[in-house]
Amino acid sequence: MAHIVAGVTTSHVPAIGAALDGGKAAEPYWAPVFAGYEASKAWIAALKPDVVILVYNDHASAFSLDMIPTFAIGCAAEFPPADEGWGPRPVPVVKGHPKLAWHIAQSVILDEFDLTIVNKMAVDHGLTVPLSLMFGQPDAWPCPVIPLAVNVVQYPPPTGARCYKLGQAIRRAVESYDEPLKVVIFGTGGMSHQLQGPRAGLINSVFDRAFLDALVADPANLALKPHIEYLREAGSEGIELVMWLVMRGALNAEVREVHRFYHVPASNTAVGHIILENAA
Amino acid sequence: MTADYHDIPGTTVFDAEQSRLGYPINTFCMSLMTAENRAAFKSDEAGYLKAFGLSPAQTKVVLERDWNGMIAEGGNIYFTAKLAATDGLSFQQIAAKMSGVSQPEYAAMMLAGGRPIEGNRSKGEG
Repeated sequence: MAHIVAGVTTSHVPAIGAALDGGKAAEPYWAPVFAGYEASKAWIAALKPDVVILVYNDHASAFSLDMIPTFAIGCAAEFPPADEGWGPRPVPVVKGHPKLAWHIAQSVILDEFDLTIVNKMAVDHGLTVPLSLMFGQPDAWPCPVIPLAVNVVQYPPPTGARCYKLGQAIRRAVESYDEPLKVVIFGTGGMSHQLQGPRAGLINSVFDRAFLDALVADPANLALKPHIEYLREAGSEGIELVMWLVMRGALNAEVREVHRFYHVPASNTAVGHIILENAA
Repeated sequence: MTADYHDIPGTTVFDAEQSRLGYPINTFCMSLMTAENRAAFKSDEAGYLKAFGLSPAQTKVVLERDWNGMIAEGGNIYFTAKLAATDGLSFQQIAAKMSGVSQPEYAAMMLAGGRPIEGNRSKGEG
């Protein structure tokens, strides 16, 4: 059977992708950001996951206002990088894992999570920046990736509790898959940031650090945080953090914290990153 | 409808009301996802907008690049960012415009730790 062995959370700031693609990673502004992921790259290169389930949000790339799925799973064989207005990122095409993705879809739908099934989808910085941060700049991504898109653009996003329970359902789905696959789940987005209006630029590092602590040690309580707290304390776009709870729900109650990184700023955003392994 | 988040200063939550209002603006912005459409828009902005059913007020804020005005008229930042990209502007450049400071001032604020939460939680807080 397949197992989820670890979880990774990370911000997915588009400017990080642009810095990497533009050869600016060594510049003083960006070097500290990428330095925070050096240990992570070594960790995942050693772990060699067979599949990554990547929880992210689409930023009006694959989904417009024409269709707004709350949860959508990518079941295609591949997903091209999206043109977000300045041309697609020069990164490899993302290869999916249709068999496991379909299995997860079937399993969680019967487990009362009504995912939208997507067979054709471009993937934007929300998905590709975390891959770049964890895998660098390879000619091909080292493993298949199953995109799991969560609506956090149109209010309201799903609740933290719903996200947490979806993570638990995904774990049950993975563990009922009959091939021995080593799976890592990513929860992406955040941390505190606001991109719009006169309050743009909001950062709340006290909130962010408490969120990181609770994500490790007290996730069931963290999942009860109401949307107004995210909006008020972490900024209108900080509500992306609910996606981290999908990752956390897919892990054991007890986890081992392997790595943590927090940095302000990357463009408009507080960068948070944590790696958790299921405690043996 | 009032909501708890209406009390957050300088912030427009993209809720049902905003989404209904802003469908034409956001659909226009979505069309800028291809190089061909970006070029067509740049060559005749007002003419290009006619296909999307924007109100006169919405047309005005788009043509004037009034970024806060677009948000007020139902634009969502992830959509209006596509217009910014068409203009060669980054998220940070339009964030500076929306918060009423120059881009260097905004960048300096971010380097110093960002806009503080103190004083920015609620309208009543001042």
